[in-house]
Amino acid sequence: MKESQTSGYEEIEHTADCQVRVWGKDLSFLLMQAAISMNTLIGMALKPEPRLTRNFSLSFSDIEELLVSFLNELLFFIEMEGIGFDQFKLSIDDHQLDAIVYGAPIASLRKEIKAVTYHNLKIENTSHGLEAHIVFDV
Amino acid sequence: MVSISDLKKISDFEWEIPTSIDKAMRVPVRIFATHKLLEAVMDDQSLQQAVNSASLPGLVGHVVVMPDMHQGYGFPIGGVAATSYPQGVISPGGIGYDINCGIRLLSSQIMYQEVVEYLDELASALNHACPSGVGVKGRIRLSDKELDNVCREGSRWAKQQGYADEADLQRTEEGGCIEGANPASVSSRARQRGKEQLGTLGAGNHFIEVEVVDQVFDQQAALLMGLKEGALTLQIHCGSRGFGHQICTDYVASFQSAVKRYDIHLPDRELVCAPLTSPEGQAYLSAMRCAANYAFANRQILAHFARQAFELTLAGKVKNWYLFQVYDIAHNIGKIEQHVVNGELMKLCVHRKGATRAFGPGEAELPEVYREIGQPVLVPGSMGTASWVLVGTEQSMQRSFGSTCHGAGRMMSRAQAKKKIWGEDLRNSLQAGGIHIRTGSLSGLAEEAPEAYKDVDEVVETVTRAGLARKVARLSPLIVVKG
Repeated sequence: MKESQTSGYEEIEHTADCQVRVWGKDLSFLLMQAAISMNTLIGMALKPEPRLTRNFSLSFSDIEELLVSFLNELLFFIEMEGIGFDQFKLSIDDHQLDAIVYGAPIASLRKEIKAVTYHNLKIENTSHGLEAHIVFDV
Repeated sequence: MVSISDLKKISDFEWEIPTSIDKAMRVPVRIFATHKLLEAVMDDQSLQQAVNSASLPGLVGHVVVMPDMHQGYGFPIGGVAATSYPQGVISPGGIGYDINCGIRLLSSQIMYQEVVEYLDELASALNHACPSGVGVKGRIRLSDKELDNVCREGSRWAKQQGYADEADLQRTEEGGCIEGANPASVSSRARQRGKEQLGTLGAGNHFIEVEVVDQVFDQQAALLMGLKEGALTLQIHCGSRGFGHQICTDYVASFQSAVKRYDIHLPDRELVCAPLTSPEGQAYLSAMRCAANYAFANRQILAHFARQAFELTLAGKVKNWYLFQVYDIAHNIGKIEQHVVNGELMKLCVHRKGATRAFGPGEAELPEVYREIGQPVLVPGSMGTASWVLVGTEQSMQRSFGSTCHGAGRMMSRAQAKKKIWGEDLRNSLQAGGIHIRTGSLSGLAEEAPEAYKDVDEVVETVTRAGLARKVARLSPLIVVKG
């Protein structure tokens, strides 16, 4: 059963766009699973090397805003630098995320995501930790 | 969830969701659809999203939903929402991430029978000439100054660069340039994305298609548009690329705090908005116009590339290989327009998301050549099915803020389509039906399979029977190029 895993994601049906349900034992794990789900949705494959690192910080007023901003930040790297990320070191305090993200140049991409939306976005507490449904405009 | 029993039937093609269904609604929702098309969306969120949209401050009349509606994010796709200007609000989500996604149609004097043997070569030439696909950058690199000019001037910039002629501009919504675009309202991220993507088609449901006119319903209108039964046409479907996506992303983010400042309460955060007269609202309006102008220029450049591909393939083989502009329209946009609401002439901000402007005869905004017949409306079908050319009507002015449908409308998720349809099988079946396909992704092709969409003929029948448009011609596909 998927919920027995501490973190994970699954794709949910959406008529026109893409929707995922992601869950994690805490906010960092939720963000990482959201990033990995997005990588899967766009069919991203990375080159084996060179391994690359990027650092960024994001300020936020609520955790839903953080989730959207974090994914949009990764999308910007994907589009402008052609780099994808598969490992994450995230440090989150009340209103700031400090991220170190590890990845490599993109070998192939199957789909384009136009944006990460706020549609019905609510990060909820569950017995397993945190959970959110995210709709991507594709 | 809204159910069919909550709807008040006005006619076989028109329904209303009254404000009594949800206390947050400020105006009713008016749906143009048959019972069958309504049933097709009862399993998704389309109608609930329309109800949510009806909670925007300053709405007038009713929120309109077209028969090609489907679930989106925030607003439904196929929706029209008009707020009073300047007292109302503007909502980036009511326009969408692909600002000024739209359709351009070009006609020709090339008869299908003359070129049937060259169609495969033409498909390859178009595919080569028009950059498409995920992450593909264009051949044009803009400097900061040039990007500013594209933002301000749209297709006029394209004309200065030799990508357009005066007739192209005259036959484009707003002449291909919306006034009031201010590049200072655009973020550096949007600028970075915009500099590399002009003259590209993108991926997803964007396409270039060559068709043959298979039926003409209105000879006079068709003649004015240069449409002749048996002759080739070309359609381009795309928008403002990453430039527009980033602008919408930036303003949906910044409006999250604006709604708190202006004490606006909404049922969905994707509906965030700001008063039209506020600094935030004005900044978005001018940035959105930059993206709209970028999209007009983008489709203009792709049309230029398509003309080059036609020349390369057909020069010397047919008498006249030129592609004449019929019209270019936006179907994701916010426009300041004047409409009569409850007998009163009002200035409005009309949000169209997956809906096409369809101004009726006599409207001053139309180019002189079309003023007598009404504005051309371009309704592409799903891949491999017919597309339609319509014209706007007086009734569309009265009942839908001069708007009509924008396409067939999805009814099957992309994931479901990929499970049911194998891309290679689809390509083979389309090719067996005489349609030449060029695609960068077979799984992307499967996602856009005709089975994933409603029947465009039924959608068009609905808007024409409802009086929102009039049929001019039907186009049948010959070549499909997609990323």
